[in-house]
Amino acid sequence: MIPSRTLFAALALVAFSGCSHVEPWVKSYERENLADPIMAWDRDPVASSYILHVYESREGARGAAGGAGGGCGCN
Amino acid sequence: MQLTRTTRGVAITLAAGWLFCPTPSIAGVLPEDRADLMYHYYDGGGVEIDGPSLLVRKKFAEKYAVNASYYVDMVSSASIDVITTASPYKEERTQYGLGFEYLRGKVAYAANFSNSKENDYAADTARFSISQDMFGDLTTVQLAFSRGKDDVTSRGNPLLSEKVDRHIYGIDVSQIVSKKLILGAAWETTTEEGFLNNPYRQVRFLDDTDLVDGYDYEFERYPRTRTGNALSLRGRYYLSYRAALQGDYRWYNDSWGVGASTFEVAYTHPIGDRLIFDVHYRYYIQDAADFYSDLFPRENFQNFLGRDKELATMESQTLGFGVGYEFRVPGVEFIQKATVNLKYDLIRFNYDDFRDLRPTGTVYEPGFEPLYNFDANVIRLFFSGWF
Repeated sequence: MIPSRTLFAALALVAFSGCSHVEPWVKSYERENLADPIMAWDRDPVASSYILHVYESREGARGAAGGAGGGCGCN
Repeated sequence: MQLTRTTRGVAITLAAGWLFCPTPSIAGVLPEDRADLMYHYYDGGGVEIDGPSLLVRKKFAEKYAVNASYYVDMVSSASIDVITTASPYKEERTQYGLGFEYLRGKVAYAANFSNSKENDYAADTARFSISQDMFGDLTTVQLAFSRGKDDVTSRGNPLLSEKVDRHIYGIDVSQIVSKKLILGAAWETTTEEGFLNNPYRQVRFLDDTDLVDGYDYEFERYPRTRTGNALSLRGRYYLSYRAALQGDYRWYNDSWGVGASTFEVAYTHPIGDRLIFDVHYRYYIQDAADFYSDLFPRENFQNFLGRDKELATMESQTLGFGVGYEFRVPGVEFIQKATVNLKYDLIRFNYDDFRDLRPTGTVYEPGFEPLYNFDANVIRLFFSGWF
C-alpha cells in the first residue's frame, strides 16, 4: 500500500509540474473585453466599501465579499 | 453608542479590508493612481448617518504603492432599539487607514492598517495579503489574514472595559474562463473572542407583575467566542453590445447558529464613452441565532440571551441604481480623467421574529405585537480622479 504522504507528494509533483506548462487558452491579446473597466469586479472601491459596511452592520452574515484580484491578466 | 451595530468590529474590519484589497487590480499590476472623495448618506429605521469618505492611492516606480483613507460616520439615532429601551442620541465615528503594496514579478504583497474611534468603541485592524497571477495569468489567487483588536466601553457604565480579539483568514480565486467570462470564489473564516454583545441592548421577558406591558427587560448576554465561515461564488460576463452581467451567491454559517444566503445580480450598461449605468438586485435571507428570542419566557431563562434584530430570522431586499459620468477637469492638467457618480439603493428589511414594541398599551398581548420592518435609503455621491 502506498503511504498517503508519498501519494500526496506524487500528486503535488504532478500537479505543479503540470502547472508550469499550462498553455493559456485565452491569450493576452484576446482579453480586450475583459480589460474593459465595466468588467471589473469592483469599479469603485470607496463606494463598495461603504455599502459592505451598511450590510455587515445590519445583517448577521459577514465575510467572503469577494473581489480580491481581478484576474484579467491583460497586462 | 452601540445600539445599531452589534457586529461593528467585523463590519469595520471587513469594510476596511475591502477598501484596501487590491481590487479591481490584478496581482501583476498595482492599482491605478486615483483619488475618491465621497459623501455617503443612510436613512432607515429611525437612523440617519452621513459623512465624507476619502481614498487616495499612489504608485512609485511601478513596484510600490501607498494608499490612505479617511472616513466619518455622523450618526443620529432614534432606532426602534433606542426608543423602546433608551434615548435618542448623536455620535461620530472616525476611521483612518494606511496601506502599502509591493509588487515583485507576478506577486503582490500588501499590508494595511486602520483605526476606528468613537466615544465608546475603538477598533484597530491590520491586514496582510499576498496575490499571485498564475497559469498564464488566467488565474489570480489571494491569501489574506486580518487581525483586529477592539476596546469596548460604555458611557453608562464607567467600570466596563472589555476587549475583542479577531482573526480573519481568507482565500480568493479569480479565474478567466473565456474571452467574455470571469469566475470567482472566496472563502473566509472569522474567529472572535471577547465581549461580543452590546453593553446597552436589553432582551425582554414575560413578567406577570408588570401590569402595564406584561414584560420586562434584562441586559443581553452573548457567548464570548464566535466562529463564522463564508463561501462566495461569482461570475461576470461581457455582453457583445458592450455591457456586463454579474451574478453572486454567498453562503454563511457560524457557531451561534446563524445561517444565511445572499443572492445578487448586477447589470452594467455604458452609453458612449462617458456614461455608465448600473442596476442591481440583492436578496438576503437569514436564520436566527440559537440564543435569540424576541420574548423569553422568564428572567434568566438561559445562559445566553439575545434580542438583537441583526441575529433574528430576517430577510432583506435591495434594489440599486447608479450612474457615472466621465469628464476632464478644465485647467487641471495632472488629472487625466475624472468621474462623478451617484448611486442610490433602497433596502427593505423584514423580520420574522422581531416585534415592533412601539404600539404599546392594551392593544397587543406580549408576543403578539406586529412584526417589525423598515426601509432604508442609501445614497453615495462621489468624485473620482485619476492622476
